[in-house]
Amino acid sequence: MNRVILHTALAIGAFITIFPLLWMLSASFMTSGEATTYPPHLVPHAATLDQYRQLFVRLNLGRAFLSSAIIASIVTVGSVLFGSMAGYAFAKLRFPGRERMFGLLLIALVIPPQVGMLPLFLFMKQLHLVNTYWGAIIPSLATVFGIFLIRQFMLTVPQDLLEAARLDGASEFRIYWSVVLPLAKPILATLATFMFMSTWNDFMWPLIILSGQEHHTLPVAIANLVGEHVQDVELMMASSVVTVLPVLLLFIVLQRYYIAGIMAGSVKG
Amino acid sequence: MRAETRAAFLLIAPAMVLILFFFFAPVVAGFLLSLTDFDLYTIGDAHNLRVVGLRNYADLLTSGIFWTAIGNTLYFALVGGPLTVITSLAAALLVNAKLTRWKAFFRTVYFVPVVTSLVAVSIVFKYLYHPRFGILNLTLSAIGIEGPDWLGDPRWAMFSIILLAVWRGFGYTMLIFIAGLQQIPEELYEAARIDGAGPLRQFRHVTLPMLGPTFLFVGIVTAIGQLQIFGEPYVMTRGGPLNKTLTAVMLMYEQGFRWWRMGYAASVAFVLFLIIGAATLVQLRLQKGRA
Repeated sequence: MNRVILHTALAIGAFITIFPLLWMLSASFMTSGEATTYPPHLVPHAATLDQYRQLFVRLNLGRAFLSSAIIASIVTVGSVLFGSMAGYAFAKLRFPGRERMFGLLLIALVIPPQVGMLPLFLFMKQLHLVNTYWGAIIPSLATVFGIFLIRQFMLTVPQDLLEAARLDGASEFRIYWSVVLPLAKPILATLATFMFMSTWNDFMWPLIILSGQEHHTLPVAIANLVGEHVQDVELMMASSVVTVLPVLLLFIVLQRYYIAGIMAGSVKG
Repeated sequence: MRAETRAAFLLIAPAMVLILFFFFAPVVAGFLLSLTDFDLYTIGDAHNLRVVGLRNYADLLTSGIFWTAIGNTLYFALVGGPLTVITSLAAALLVNAKLTRWKAFFRTVYFVPVVTSLVAVSIVFKYLYHPRFGILNLTLSAIGIEGPDWLGDPRWAMFSIILLAVWRGFGYTMLIFIAGLQQIPEELYEAARIDGAGPLRQFRHVTLPMLGPTFLFVGIVTAIGQLQIFGEPYVMTRGGPLNKTLTAVMLMYEQGFRWWRMGYAASVAFVLFLIIGAATLVQLRLQKGRA
């Protein structure tokens, strides 16, 4: 009996959680106007790809898709590289000022990024990076979260392993590249998944820095689109599917790594 | 210099330089900016820049729109925060219950909204909330309730956005609660059972106290995130109706990047920073007081 109540509650919760996304998917295959008929259609009467065709052929959403993919990919590679370098050094190498510098980095975790956005925009303007991919990429290339995550993992790597490599005459960079990085693969995958998804979904900074349409990322592009096409429910649902689906699939494939990242972030080290 | 030290500096250099120049320097510059009258004329000619001290902050105190934005932001965090925590704790207890089967499946389903694009789901909810065609009101009318104009009614608009934020955010805090629940030793429950405690008393006297540190972490993370709310109202309501969903970050964005009143906007950002700092400190204090 208890078991039935428990699973009923779980199923109702799951239905409420997933319903908005199912409706989004279903409405995206409807013909224009079908989503606002009465009585309502929950599934399309004759499924069509018209909305997607219009998005990619007439409204050029493919370009925004490409922008999102480029920005998210470069940020992912950069933040994994720089984060792993710094995370390793903070965990395993001794150098003057280490604790103080790491403490300074941790302060960044409680500072809302909006505080720096106005000067950052002016700074980017000086560097002629407004309305370029680099303007969107550079501020996320190294993150405190990434350094912190990798450092926590590196602390668990036995020191003997590094000493053995040192005795064999390996340089510090060789140790980082050939000994440490292969060991850290799972945590690197975690950070990569995390960074790709958060960059893909990021909205406020791309909205500010990518003023011209030719560089808009998907969230910025569809936020603009909904202004002009607010009546076109089915079209907007298709554009939402295009924005949500890639990271959703990525999450389902890589959820092991993503969830590990959240757990690691929540457990104090 | 020792080889180890030199290597360490080279390894941390790229990350430290990037974070210094593109995070810390702008934050400090943001504070300095808030002490000036930087506006459209300054962008044209830097000679128009004047240092005005704390005048922007003084202006904020007497500005109606600023207090509206702060009030809305606090309302969002004070209602949305507890709702998110309660929903995610309930979800975590259900998913983590001993009798539950397909744990991983339910955990994944509940987590899915977290990875969706905020802008995309804001658009989806905008249509679900439609007063006539939205599924929400159609469902309500099927059981005889006439639903409000969720986003168009000043009394409901912010609450509607809160519901979206809870839907999108509870999966994340649920995971943290599950991690916390799994740390509680089984012997504590056994001891409670031997003392004759039922499920409710076990929850009150074992689960809740043992989750103390988790509550602290969840509370701080949720508050920091929610006080920065921007995307949902930007997409769904543009701050309306009657400025009921205008938030602090939206005010900063509008003033700074639409009207280029950057000095004023920077002072809004700093007040928000202070509020976030205060929210973090208050929760740390409360936790210490209880322990």
